[in-house]
Amino acid sequence: MAEHTDDASKPLTSLEKLSRRSFLSRAGAMGVATAAATVAPVVASAEPERPQPSGDPAAMPEIPGTIPITLKVNGETHQLRIDPRATVLDTLRETLHLTGTKKGCDHGQCGACTVHVDGRRANSCLLLAAMHQKAEITTIEGLGTPEKMHPMQAAFVEHDGYQCGYCTSGQIMSAVAMLHEPWGDADTDVKEALSGNICRCGAYPNIVAAVQSVRRHA
Amino acid sequence: MHPFDLISVDSIQDAVKAQSSSPTAQQGASVRYIAGGTNLIDYMKLNVETPAKLVDINGLNLTAIEPAANGGLKIGALARNTDVAYHDTVKTQFPVLSLAILSGASTQLRNMATTAGNLLQKTRCVYYRDTAYGCNKRQPGTGCSAIGGHNRIMAILGTSDKCIASNPSDQNVALAALDATIHVTGAKGEHTIPIAQFYLLPGNTPERETVLEPGDLVTHITIPALPSGAKSYYLKLRDRTSYEFALASAAVVIKQSGGRIDFVRVAMGGVGTVPWRSHEAEKALQGKVATPANFRTAAEAALHGARPQSQNGFKVELAKRCLTHALAEVTRQA
Repeated sequence: MAEHTDDASKPLTSLEKLSRRSFLSRAGAMGVATAAATVAPVVASAEPERPQPSGDPAAMPEIPGTIPITLKVNGETHQLRIDPRATVLDTLRETLHLTGTKKGCDHGQCGACTVHVDGRRANSCLLLAAMHQKAEITTIEGLGTPEKMHPMQAAFVEHDGYQCGYCTSGQIMSAVAMLHEPWGDADTDVKEALSGNICRCGAYPNIVAAVQSVRRHA
Repeated sequence: MHPFDLISVDSIQDAVKAQSSSPTAQQGASVRYIAGGTNLIDYMKLNVETPAKLVDINGLNLTAIEPAANGGLKIGALARNTDVAYHDTVKTQFPVLSLAILSGASTQLRNMATTAGNLLQKTRCVYYRDTAYGCNKRQPGTGCSAIGGHNRIMAILGTSDKCIASNPSDQNVALAALDATIHVTGAKGEHTIPIAQFYLLPGNTPERETVLEPGDLVTHITIPALPSGAKSYYLKLRDRTSYEFALASAAVVIKQSGGRIDFVRVAMGGVGTVPWRSHEAEKALQGKVATPANFRTAAEAALHGARPQSQNGFKVELAKRCLTHALAEVTRQA
């Protein structure tokens, strides 16, 4: 909550100067911003003993059953030791502490874990990390920052494209990928293109509005 | 998820050798090929699949989609569903395949899922997925919990008293209508299998879903060219508009000449234990004029042998109307 207080003391950007729902939008903006920001500083102060997520695999404690892998995430190459069963999703969240990518169903049914793999969107819960060592993986953290949001992130804030925010990073990753996919211009195209991303709050109309606003200005 | 060893291979021979050490290529295989992983990882998380070894075949050069020697199309086993669906030749010459693929799953899944992976896609029978229940397909001899259980989504064609699970794929229904051929490299070399002989009815051995033997690796499929002027279409009916398996679907290929149907292929999805080619419907349409009455006669013929369960009797009429609508649409295009 301290983050929200700090944020609220800052001057409003033009994007945030919304007449009716400025408080909610700012709270929502923080939800997106948290997803976009690295949480490392906060985590580090709370848990100073947490092992470094990357480094020389030879120097890492060799837990039986783990294997050394290389994973390229948001332009950064990480040397890791992981369980061969670890998915890209679990490796992002538990090993690299990139918690913007969410675990919903863990079975490829909800889309909360959507990331880009070599520029294409995929469900990271169904990808073994050890099988994607050559891939360029992009997560919500690699899309924009709280200071410089991707236009799609800004559009989700502008159009209030969420309630609880849990599906939001996956929705945004899908929506950004959609910009480069062969879809038509209609709202129904957005609905079909994003049908692999479930929103249990039912923010769909606002999500469609957000995506369409970016597509129309693209 | 059970622990496993993960190896990657860069030759077909190494892949075949690795999988040949499994006693089976079917349910219970101790070695599994893995490509997109969208189906296998799901089932490994549920402990429905428990391979001791995974053979990553993504390094094999099997992604090409190119003209086949017979004038048709050759699709590599590792061609992603998205790439097949949006391929120019597929869209223009075999729209039924493009439509079928795009009606299944989500873009995220289609981006990873491969042609051969989809070919071998496992049923989504709720009892097959749940290891707490008996399932003859997952564990032979433990009974079929779906018979007398929650069976609304199950098959009505090709069932047995051992298994009523439906084949979930859309792609495979289109491939059945297109008379595709499956090209396999195995321990004894290369061989080809017509799709009509690729899938096995459950009978008394529902754990055995295809004719594949240990080591067999699907390398590509081929689709013969359609007669000039032929049209094709895929219609899928389901509980949601998108991102849902078929309750009933129909893949149809038709060519008309002189006001009569002189080439026709019909396959149905969501209703069969295997992708369901209907020679009965084709026979009813061959040489006939494209009229609603003739379509209905063909649909009646296609569903003649249907054996509904306690909750899926609606599928019989739904499938008939699905096929009738698909035939109306494809002949309207012609």
